[in-house]
Amino acid sequence: MAQIRIENVRKDFGAFTAVQSSSFTIEDGEFFMLLGPSGCGKTTTLRMMAGLELPTRGEIFIDGEEVGQKPASQRDIAFVFQMFALYPHMNVRANISYPLKSQGMKSGDIKKKVGEVAEILGITNILDRPVGGLSGGDRQRVALGRAIVRDPKAFFMDEPLGALDAEFREHMSEELRALHDRMGATTVYVTHDQLEAMQMGDKIVVMNHGVVEQFGVPQDIYDWPATRFVAEFIGSPPMNFLEFDGMIGTGGTEVRLNDVPMEVPQSREGANGKLTFGIRPEHVDFDDDAPYRGRVIATEYLGTTQIVTFDTPNGLLKARVPSHEVVTNGQLIGLRFDPRTITLFDAQHGKALRSQANEGVLGHG
Amino acid sequence: MSFSVTEPNKGTKWVAGVLVVGYALVTIAPLLWIIATGFKSPADSIAYPPKVVFEPSMEGYVNLFTERTRATDDMLEEAGEPETWYEEIARNQGTVISGPSRYGERFLNSVIIGFGSTALCMILGTAAAYAFSRFRVPLKDDLLFFILSTRMMPPIAVAIPIFLMFRNLGLNDTHLGMILLYTAVNLSLSVWLLKGFIDEIPIEYEEAALIDGYTRFQAFYKVVLPQAATGIASTAIFCLIFAWNEYAFAVLLTSGTAQTAPPFIPTIIGVGGKDWPAVAAGATIFLVPVMVFTILLRKHLLRGITFGAVRK
Repeated sequence: MAQIRIENVRKDFGAFTAVQSSSFTIEDGEFFMLLGPSGCGKTTTLRMMAGLELPTRGEIFIDGEEVGQKPASQRDIAFVFQMFALYPHMNVRANISYPLKSQGMKSGDIKKKVGEVAEILGITNILDRPVGGLSGGDRQRVALGRAIVRDPKAFFMDEPLGALDAEFREHMSEELRALHDRMGATTVYVTHDQLEAMQMGDKIVVMNHGVVEQFGVPQDIYDWPATRFVAEFIGSPPMNFLEFDGMIGTGGTEVRLNDVPMEVPQSREGANGKLTFGIRPEHVDFDDDAPYRGRVIATEYLGTTQIVTFDTPNGLLKARVPSHEVVTNGQLIGLRFDPRTITLFDAQHGKALRSQANEGVLGHG
Repeated sequence: MSFSVTEPNKGTKWVAGVLVVGYALVTIAPLLWIIATGFKSPADSIAYPPKVVFEPSMEGYVNLFTERTRATDDMLEEAGEPETWYEEIARNQGTVISGPSRYGERFLNSVIIGFGSTALCMILGTAAAYAFSRFRVPLKDDLLFFILSTRMMPPIAVAIPIFLMFRNLGLNDTHLGMILLYTAVNLSLSVWLLKGFIDEIPIEYEEAALIDGYTRFQAFYKVVLPQAATGIASTAIFCLIFAWNEYAFAVLLTSGTAQTAPPFIPTIIGVGGKDWPAVAAGATIFLVPVMVFTILLRKHLLRGITFGAVRK
């Protein structure tokens, strides 16, 4: 069990930079999510932590020890691959025992240990089967078994649920989380699925183009995104962005959106020019008295809620409202935004402007 | 009964069966003829019209394995009753056996050189293919092309330089020389074939082994090799067949100690040019090792020739 610290890690593949200068810390026992779209450098980051790639620059500490240039076999970590990578020429038992054999453990002890692990994962009945004919879930469990069997310092998982079908994924993610809670081991988990990340993670790092965009607990990242990218990547439907020209001074609490004054959390930095007004769909309410209006162009029924798409003077906007609200296409509706939840972005860089509301989250960034 | 596009119907199966059997007959007929000729008497072997039904004789095999001298009637009488069945056959031809022939040695040379070069080729080929498949080798594509370019002309085109080179290095008519030569010729093919097979093995297996605490070499040896077995087996068969059957270089570069069976077999025909059964017997025995090797690795060969297309 260990704390993992990444400092200014960079990875170049020839002229291509996969990861540029990432830094973050994973605390002992955390379930930590590396989240981002494909090609964002999350897998490369994980592979560098595991020792499957060596960083071009920077340092990686596992349990206080700098391991950046050490081979994987000396790092005492476990890795679960997306395609599981069970050794196809061995049966389940041999697969799970394999990491123990490399340590020179006695065969009696190996047998005992494999039995315990199989018990935890509920795969005792398939121990002597070849891995070829196993179902996706069983393969997943065997891969987990191989990982947990030698009590490593940390578990690294590269989209371990990616190869499973949707129905089973749900079940497996619960199983994974429960397993983590039971073992209390530091776990780093790579995913491109924001729901999975929010659901399972204690903390999330959001990456894009090899850069760490934001790092924090799921709730903070959802409520107070540091960049437009994060706001868009997390949440379904994503945050709405209304583009406008305007200004806000330090300490200001209002912006003018198409000449309608909008209350916002008190600003901690001034800006003017092209700005973006960010609001989550669930923080948009209908209000006949509101001066800011949008025309309904589509509705999606989702059971208890519905997503209504509006055409507004500042661009498209989606609102999540209760299903019982009756709306028809073409209808003009007054919209009210919950002032406590608004994030303003600098439209040019996509960075969130600091305000009274988000400074606690963005403070260190 | 339901109709399926992938399930052949009776008619197609029948046609396919006839074609396969027909093709098998065409390819196997010369083989059967050689085997049969080995058991004919010299007279039967050159009879016209050719004899399909004949009285089997071991003359060919006796002549293959023995050196004989023509003997006068006096000498034959002096020699007394033949002690063994093969002596009797020799006596009936009016000869006495003066010793074993050199076929055994030549055959052994073929075994040493054929299997030796195949083994060397597999060791070097697998290592090179693994490196090309897994590591960032500078100028990888150029090197691979360069390796393949050695196959772009018939090897015999460079016979004269090789002959001179071998003479200067003292490799003429040595086992080592022939092993090196056949390895050099086969290596490009084996590197390319094996690289294809190793490319098919997901790198995650090795990475899993690295994570599990094994060194790179252990990962290669314990995880990659077992999975590349199919590829290695089929490549080995290709290499062995080439080295085993090679004739031109063997004629040119070997004459005595390291002579392989292919250049030796035609010389058995003897002064009279009539001893076809002995030649056929030599060819038949010569077929056996490759046949056994291929049958042993048949399972791998079938899977290997599809080049991993049916993986997963």
